[in-house]
Amino acid sequence: MTITTQVWDIALEGLTAGYGPKVVLENISTVLPGGKISMVLGGSGCGKSTLLRQIIGLSAPMEGKVLLGGNDFFAMKDAEFRRMRRRMGVLFQDGALLGSLTVGENIALPLREHTHLKEAEVQEIVLHKLSLVGLAHTTALYPSQLSGGMRKRAGLARALVTDPPILLCDEPTSGLDPISAAQMDALLLEMRERFPSMTIVCVSHDMESVKAIADHVLVLHEKQVIFQGSLHNLQETTKPYLLQFLARAPMREEEQGASYPLSEATRAHMHRELELQ
Amino acid sequence: MVTVPVVAVGRASLAFVGEMGAMLIFLLLGMRHMCSSTKQLQRVLRQVHVIGAGSFFLIALIGLFTGMVLGLQGYYTLTRYGSVGMLGSAVALTLIRELGPVLTAIMVTGRAGSAMAAEIGVMRISDQIDALEVMDINPYAYLVSPRITACLFVFPLLTAVFNVVGILGGYLTGVQLLGVNQGVYFYSIESSVVFADVAGTFIKSVFFALTVVTVCCYKGFFANLRQDGMGPAAVGNATTSAVVLSCVLLLLVDYVITSVLL
Repeated sequence: MTITTQVWDIALEGLTAGYGPKVVLENISTVLPGGKISMVLGGSGCGKSTLLRQIIGLSAPMEGKVLLGGNDFFAMKDAEFRRMRRRMGVLFQDGALLGSLTVGENIALPLREHTHLKEAEVQEIVLHKLSLVGLAHTTALYPSQLSGGMRKRAGLARALVTDPPILLCDEPTSGLDPISAAQMDALLLEMRERFPSMTIVCVSHDMESVKAIADHVLVLHEKQVIFQGSLHNLQETTKPYLLQFLARAPMREEEQGASYPLSEATRAHMHRELELQ
Repeated sequence: MVTVPVVAVGRASLAFVGEMGAMLIFLLLGMRHMCSSTKQLQRVLRQVHVIGAGSFFLIALIGLFTGMVLGLQGYYTLTRYGSVGMLGSAVALTLIRELGPVLTAIMVTGRAGSAMAAEIGVMRISDQIDALEVMDINPYAYLVSPRITACLFVFPLLTAVFNVVGILGGYLTGVQLLGVNQGVYFYSIESSVVFADVAGTFIKSVFFALTVVTVCCYKGFFANLRQDGMGPAAVGNATTSAVVLSCVLLLLVDYVITSVLL
């Protein structure tokens, strides 16, 4: 079943972004292709989530453009900017469900705010979306009553409730056990099958997840894009950092920065204090 | 070296004035959406319940004891001057003109204002406010406006409750315990309290409502920008700072309004 016809490419042109004076991403130009699952990879603190915040429109770039379907997101007038935002579904790291609302109310929120659907229709959609993520039995529960994995799935249901053509996920599998992570991957693949025109962008550093679902991969390192292309191309790379990343190899000693050895006397004292001896 | 303290005071003053300006803009942004949709009514009613109904018994209790203490203190003070007949007037005017609105506002700040700052602060650090934005739900309209509207209703009502219960507290100690004539007690209230006093109490409570709701929502809303902590610590600091600043500003606003009304 196809729900939208337009495929939304996400293009970044000379994007420089950061917080205050601190630059996290510098002069990045890339395209995240529409209708595919793009995975943004990189080490912790390399700017993956910052990139996502730019695409969502939560932070404006210091320089450069974010183009959605060819239109400059941050140059849009307020009404058009808001209309564009409604075309996005976002899954935050911990789901970001509103704690004062039940799961059902959370999923229904965008529909109740932006549509004049009858309550029965809203309930039907909510149940459908929750059943897609296997949580149809949780409508009356509060987010605090769910496990981390369930909160993420409920967050995904909320992100999908308006059938958005663009789905953005911030670390969808982080903190999940292998079975829940595989379930989340399967859900994203199912979304791609159900909605072939949907552009899905996931920020992650979970290589298993990348291997399972990625059509397109973008790797960030030291403020720059150091790789963009298919998973197949990534696996054939010869770049040292990428090889290290793919092989889960630890940093070399010279890359780790300053070293502070612990004296034996301090260690022995600590153990005595902790009654380990 | 000599200029260091002066520079520090200057910086702190500029920061304070800047923050006051930011809070005023925050309040205006919140007020802009007070009547933006019919869905606001439900949110307002929920906040009226949380802020108003939840604080009712506390306010009544504090009002009762405040009135009782005023009755006791007033009785022994007025007895010295042979003016014990003015006890009702002393209790009522003290409550209506000053203690009612101020103590109500401080109590609501401690109970509901701190909860407001903490709840919104937690929403900020757990990405819930960002989630509202990306769902194209204006966080000012969703979180701030209903609280402003609710406070504008609730503060005057709770102040009225405080005043009435306080006068009854004064009656309990003055009349029932210390033997002041009941008719004299109520007659002195009736003859001394004028419409301007009652209007003043409500005017003060409206300004106090705006002060408390603005400070508490603002501190929570921008908990992520604090320099003195991150994550849960930022929420804790934001809550403390909201309560302290609210109380200080309440007394400042009280002085200004009193000097204008008198």
